[in-house]
Amino acid sequence: MNTLGLLRRNFDHGVHPAHLKKQTEDLAIQRVPFVSHYVMPLGQHIGVPCRPVVKVGERVGRGQLIAEPGGFVSTALHSPVTGTISEIDDFRGADGQFAPAIQIEADPYATQQPDSSAGIDWRSLSLEAFIGEVQKAGIVGMGGAAFPSHVKFSVPDGIKIRHLLINGAECEPYLTNDHRLMVERPEDLLMGAEIVRQKLGAEETIIGVEMNKPEAIEILQRHIQPGQPVRVVPLKVKYPQGAEKMLIKTVFDREVPAGQLPRDVEVSVNNVGTIVAIADYFLRGLPSIERIVTVSGPGASYPANLIVPLGTPVREVLRFCGGLKDETREVIMGGPMMGRPTASLDVPVLKGTSGILAFTEAETARPKEYPCIRCARCLEACPYFLNPSRFARLARARMFDEMEQYSVMDCVECGCCTFACPSHIPIVQLIRTGKDALRNRKEKPE
Amino acid sequence: MNSILVAPSIMVGLGLFFGAILAVSQRFLKVEEDPRIEGTNDMLPGNNCGACGEPGCLPFAEKLVDGSVNVSSCTVASADDIEMIAEYLQVDAGEQEKLVARLRCGGGSRQAQQIAEYQGFDSCRAAAIVSGGGKGCAWGCLGLADCEIACTFDAIHMNDNGLPQVDTEKCTACPDCMDACPKDLFELRPLSQKLYVQCNIPLSGEVATRLCSTACDACEKCVADAAPGLIHMENTLPVIDYSAGGPATPEATFRCQTNSITWLEGEQFQDQEQIPDSPDKRYA
Repeated sequence: MNTLGLLRRNFDHGVHPAHLKKQTEDLAIQRVPFVSHYVMPLGQHIGVPCRPVVKVGERVGRGQLIAEPGGFVSTALHSPVTGTISEIDDFRGADGQFAPAIQIEADPYATQQPDSSAGIDWRSLSLEAFIGEVQKAGIVGMGGAAFPSHVKFSVPDGIKIRHLLINGAECEPYLTNDHRLMVERPEDLLMGAEIVRQKLGAEETIIGVEMNKPEAIEILQRHIQPGQPVRVVPLKVKYPQGAEKMLIKTVFDREVPAGQLPRDVEVSVNNVGTIVAIADYFLRGLPSIERIVTVSGPGASYPANLIVPLGTPVREVLRFCGGLKDETREVIMGGPMMGRPTASLDVPVLKGTSGILAFTEAETARPKEYPCIRCARCLEACPYFLNPSRFARLARARMFDEMEQYSVMDCVECGCCTFACPSHIPIVQLIRTGKDALRNRKEKPE
Repeated sequence: MNSILVAPSIMVGLGLFFGAILAVSQRFLKVEEDPRIEGTNDMLPGNNCGACGEPGCLPFAEKLVDGSVNVSSCTVASADDIEMIAEYLQVDAGEQEKLVARLRCGGGSRQAQQIAEYQGFDSCRAAAIVSGGGKGCAWGCLGLADCEIACTFDAIHMNDNGLPQVDTEKCTACPDCMDACPKDLFELRPLSQKLYVQCNIPLSGEVATRLCSTACDACEKCVADAAPGLIHMENTLPVIDYSAGGPATPEATFRCQTNSITWLEGEQFQDQEQIPDSPDKRYA
């Protein structure tokens, strides 16, 4: 690929936040010790919540099924720890609402050896059986959205997936969990990619990695076997490169139309973490019971990349990292651009929690808001070519129906507009408010 | 000389021609509208609030003239106005109980536990999606005045405890506040029903009272003290069924430890002093 081609590879609009990955990018992944209690919400993925299959007082092994899928767009849930089910009740989640969850009390004397077989002979599986296995393993998109992976793999008749695109962009500042996975487990990543590629019948695998992770690019390239249909594509650093539609635009120079999915342009996009989770399941029989979480930010005493069993309270994860500094004002679950602050540290780490970031007064102080000066910087930043300033104005006037007419539902809340706004208008929050109002209006028809 | 007259004469000619068409169509194509619709519409309040269930006052006037609705369905018009309209239309005014909006939450900033501080766009709906707005109770009033802004009749004002106080005089029982509240806390209740449960928490016992000092802890003392059948428990909250049981009396509230069941004489939260409507002090 020549330099000119490299320069051309890009999507339109977007912003350039500081990377801020230095704190954690060279820290090897560590395992968080087991704690006494785990809370597994039944709805930690997009779609229908799971149905519990265990009763209070029942003993469960690590990796044992505790809740089965509640429908097709739903996935299974496994116990992250050996212990006993202590409660099935409503628990506070990161969104502030109480939702049904299974609480597991860990057995401090158990070995915590996963209760799993040696893996699955994936070569002999049909596509349907493979999709069923992915659902059984509880694997969801690990990038943050937590969309069940088996739904992504189920393509309707007549559509053929030609490219498997693996998302290693990790465009959010601070987060380094995907980076560490690529550096530390390239064999598993490539093996998982091979499994998915063969099952989907795709022609080639492309791993997109932003150029601020040269180590990951180099290690992945070194591990590709001769003849393996895998390409590592270095990407220009720009936010939101990791949004699947943007990644497709960059790599294939093809736009996914609004309201359509990557599969409509013959691509399947999966996060690095998802592919490694698939490898873990098919090679070692380990279902989705833990994930990599980056703990970082100016308020974190000892930033780290951690393997955290799902359901671990955020408080315990932070305690392992030496606690929070005194000046911490805010803890965010996810990345700084799209993540949401949590009101309580007792909420559990979920399948979609990619980071736990602690911020101090300097980062969280609300800047003075000025009126919109119609500079159109938000329009130039919006990668979906929407008009964020208009949404902000309409949301403030509570004209939610008009927002829908201007297709507010195409907004993915990436945060570019708020980042670009010189008047410090909380545009994304206003858009989220409008979307929430519209969603609620749909739920209760007059 | 002549040419200057051509244009005006064409214009005058056209004017006469179209005027004739209009005059003829007025004569033969005219639509008879009941003049009473216009008259009734003039007598209606003209707020177009939708409380009657119609899109606005004119459609309501049309239905009134049809006779398909009752004059009293308009909750905004005063009793005199309703009588006047009924007289004008020669119909029975019907009876409508005065409804007011009641808030199913008594946990203001002094009672409810705050677990985090919310900073951002001052709107309940905006706060609710940021980790629940920082209030310990996930079902209670957030106190950021979405209902006050939504109210067409200036009937809702936030008091210094961060709760919306509904002016029962001004409240017309239109559904504005019910639509605006992201927690669905408002409900329309007859003004005559004075026994009221001011809590929405689906928890019981200490778990509930730890989140809010005025939360219902589901002790069921009110059920025991009220007339048999008047109050029953649904999950963790008492429900008052005015149609089923005997007379509602203040006795049911006497033994309530948390004051979550109250006897309302007029407005809710009357003991909490109202402060002037300044946006800066409102959320202090």
